[in-house]
Amino acid sequence: MPIPSPFHPRTSALCTGLRWKDWSGYHAVCSYGTCHEPEYFAFRHAAGLMDVTPLHKYDVSGPDAAAFLARVMVKNILKLRIGQVTYCCWCDEFGKLLDDGTVWRLDEHAYRVTAAEPNLAWLRRNADGFDVTIADTTERIAAVSLQGPNARAILKQVTDADMDALRFFWLTRTTIGGRDAIITRTGYTGDLGYEVWVDNDDALPLWDTLMSAGRPFGIAPTGLDALDVCRVEAGFIMNAVDYYSANHCVIEARKSTPYEAGLGWTVNLDRDPFVGQSALRAEKERGATRRFVGLEIDWDEFEALHARYGLPPELCSEAWRDPRPVYTAGGTQVGQATSGAWSPILKRNLALATVDRPHAAIGQTLRIETTVEFVRHRITATVVEKPFFDPPRKRAVAGDAS
Amino acid sequence: MTTSRYDAIIVGGGHNGLVCAAYLARAGRKVLVLERRHVLGGAAVTEELHPGFHFSVCSYVVSLFRPKIIRDLELARHGLEMIPLESAFTPLPDGRSLCRWPDWHRTRREIAQFSARDADLYPEFGLAMGKMAYFARELIDNPAPDPASFDPRELMRLLRLGKRLRSLGPDLMHLNTQLLTMSAVDFLDLWFESEVLKAPMSVSGVIGTFLGVRSPGTAYVLLHHYMGEIDGAFRSWGLVKGGNGQLSNAVASAARASGAEIRTEAPVSRILLRNGEAEGVVLDNGDEIHAKVVVSGLDPRRTFLGLVGEANLDDAFVTRLSRFKFRGSSGKVNLAVDRLPEFACRPNDNGRADHLRGDIAIAPGIDYLETAYDEAKYGDFSRRPYINVVIPSVLDPSVAPPGKHIVSCFVQYAPYHIKEGADHWPNRREAFGDAVVDTLAEYCPGLKDTILYRQVLTPWDLEKEFGLTEGNIFHGELSPEQLLFQRPVSGWAHYRTPIARLWMCGSGTHPGGGVMGAPGMLAARAILKTNAT
Repeated sequence: MPIPSPFHPRTSALCTGLRWKDWSGYHAVCSYGTCHEPEYFAFRHAAGLMDVTPLHKYDVSGPDAAAFLARVMVKNILKLRIGQVTYCCWCDEFGKLLDDGTVWRLDEHAYRVTAAEPNLAWLRRNADGFDVTIADTTERIAAVSLQGPNARAILKQVTDADMDALRFFWLTRTTIGGRDAIITRTGYTGDLGYEVWVDNDDALPLWDTLMSAGRPFGIAPTGLDALDVCRVEAGFIMNAVDYYSANHCVIEARKSTPYEAGLGWTVNLDRDPFVGQSALRAEKERGATRRFVGLEIDWDEFEALHARYGLPPELCSEAWRDPRPVYTAGGTQVGQATSGAWSPILKRNLALATVDRPHAAIGQTLRIETTVEFVRHRITATVVEKPFFDPPRKRAVAGDAS
Repeated sequence: MTTSRYDAIIVGGGHNGLVCAAYLARAGRKVLVLERRHVLGGAAVTEELHPGFHFSVCSYVVSLFRPKIIRDLELARHGLEMIPLESAFTPLPDGRSLCRWPDWHRTRREIAQFSARDADLYPEFGLAMGKMAYFARELIDNPAPDPASFDPRELMRLLRLGKRLRSLGPDLMHLNTQLLTMSAVDFLDLWFESEVLKAPMSVSGVIGTFLGVRSPGTAYVLLHHYMGEIDGAFRSWGLVKGGNGQLSNAVASAARASGAEIRTEAPVSRILLRNGEAEGVVLDNGDEIHAKVVVSGLDPRRTFLGLVGEANLDDAFVTRLSRFKFRGSSGKVNLAVDRLPEFACRPNDNGRADHLRGDIAIAPGIDYLETAYDEAKYGDFSRRPYINVVIPSVLDPSVAPPGKHIVSCFVQYAPYHIKEGADHWPNRREAFGDAVVDTLAEYCPGLKDTILYRQVLTPWDLEKEFGLTEGNIFHGELSPEQLLFQRPVSGWAHYRTPIARLWMCGSGTHPGGGVMGAPGMLAARAILKTNAT
């Protein structure tokens, strides 16, 4: 039975559509109204405010905190500077993905890890010999994500922190309405955006402050359905959708390596030993047999296929995550698309897929299963560059250049 | 004197001219676009008329802009972003109101306040219109087949269309006939009983025409409301982020990326002819520029009677052209306001107002609309006009300073030919603006105190500033006799003109006005097919 997040009194009052789901044991809003589309457009054209409390949070501190995190993460956390945040993943000793998330350096010896799944046991299991304390702060810290082109302008109304100077994937400690808060310039929309982290007790004042300061800037409360479209546009992989944590897999084939999942760029191999290092080194030398790629589904074929039935092209406005087989032109299955969405901002029909390496090059023409009128068809999908959506404002430092 | 040689010169940097230019440039042609004003887009233009307020000065929404053009020209990459409108709100003076939403059951309950029967029929109506629109789409994405032509390809196309129409079944065949012949009100009477529902629906049949909602031939324009395509869904209206000028800018950017050259503040004074063929243009400053073809995005009257000259044209053609009806009937009032308007019949909820996130129709009854038309018939603007209000800043905060808003009012009727004579419009302009604001203030009592800036565009202003002849927003009325193979004149509906090497690409050609882009695309296709360039 899910529990309410500290924002629940506000989110439940606003969620007139009563569309909720269970996100990591919390009640989480899918969409506030009956349809998520206005929330999607708020993310992309104004600002969306989303309760992201259900993210798992671990505070890691102590003299060996950096060394410990460098040991468990595929990335060399020793290089992380105070105030910096990094995105990375972690693996089992066989180099198979367990989860992905962020690591922040709050202080000399204080770090925070965010994760999609519970990771406390695994972190503690690997902490032997390190002088660290690992605290699960998931249920003590409330968090909202404020994403969209107006996100910075809104935060400037409520904090003295220099928002113009806060760089992409850095954090600042500040106060909002007289209460302590941490602002990280992070998010899951691929846009300009921030996440604000406070003690549970400060959750409601934070929500009220942001909503009221955001009103002139078009702020809207946003749910998971809108986020899902944004994250496909951003080309972000999702645990338990596009890959599965090795801890939960019954068979080896279900597991993935960071190289297969498009996260090879987060792996720093040449350094002191870390969990999964030798397996990952071997994998890198061998070359991953699969790749995580972006696909664009051919519109003309999609439309023509519907026209054969006398139908106009019908798109679901929500992102999908029921896996769809991907084939070569010759009909051999070479992978699966695991999520996708029509992108209203890019006007492209997009999917994220894992395909065998020989068929994963940019420009490769594949076929994807598409069902029309209960009949399965295959239409062209081309391997294209990710991220699909990547506006300059995402990383821009000052001003609102988009 | 410039003599550099282009493959094509496009006269007019409106959205159709730019679309045509982009397609020609993509096909490798050397293209020059010449725009008279300092800003591109023609009537699809954004201007910062008041500091921080970016107005879609003329056209203010899009629905029919062809998705194919967006894909072909990669307009999303060139900065085009569209935001669907979320509601259709009709306030009433008696404190009641109707709001239609994408959420069907919510709409059903709203309509049921006025008629439970209408509420149930509403989706059936939508389905029937949707089917018709799906059929009609073929017509707007292709040149109009000409039944008077002896060209076997034309006849084949007609035959194919006829077969498709038949395949729709007898019910839709009848519907088609009804749509083409009936008035918007008569047609809606076949379906609905509630005037509160019918009035705002009927008015879409008369937009841009000098007809009333009870005039025959207005029913088919209702289809337009079901023909819009945004994100693959057949639905109605959307905003362009940053205003409609951003659509033009995106097309211009695509054209430039393919090598087109675009000049602003370069008014063309006439089309250069040699032995009856177009060989270029002469600018106001006397420069002559030559090209293999000249393509005019201006309306047919300005193109032929203005730039070509009657003396260079056949009598019969001039006669037919002079019968092409413009008679603009609408104006525009653009307001900058310092807070979100509030309607007495449906107050805002602590700064939230979902019913203002779409279009707002001041159309409280059919007699109201017909009375508004009566005044126009006798040469005056409507004292209580139909107003289509959109507050773009609610969905796109980027167009106004934080917390402030733009109120865009499309107003009908404001006849170009007022009884004093069109040239007297400047003396009536502010009275017209007052009538509009007074009307709106009857529904939004606090409105007048919030106005920071007001722009009033009469049909006369639309002609003078934007080159819309007689202020007609569609480059000529969209009435059945001026459509398809008869637009702008029969025999010349395929973008060609009686002047060799002179082509048309504006809204005065098939499939007509609205920010559709189809004339520009179809013209480019026709030009490329002939290898004229």
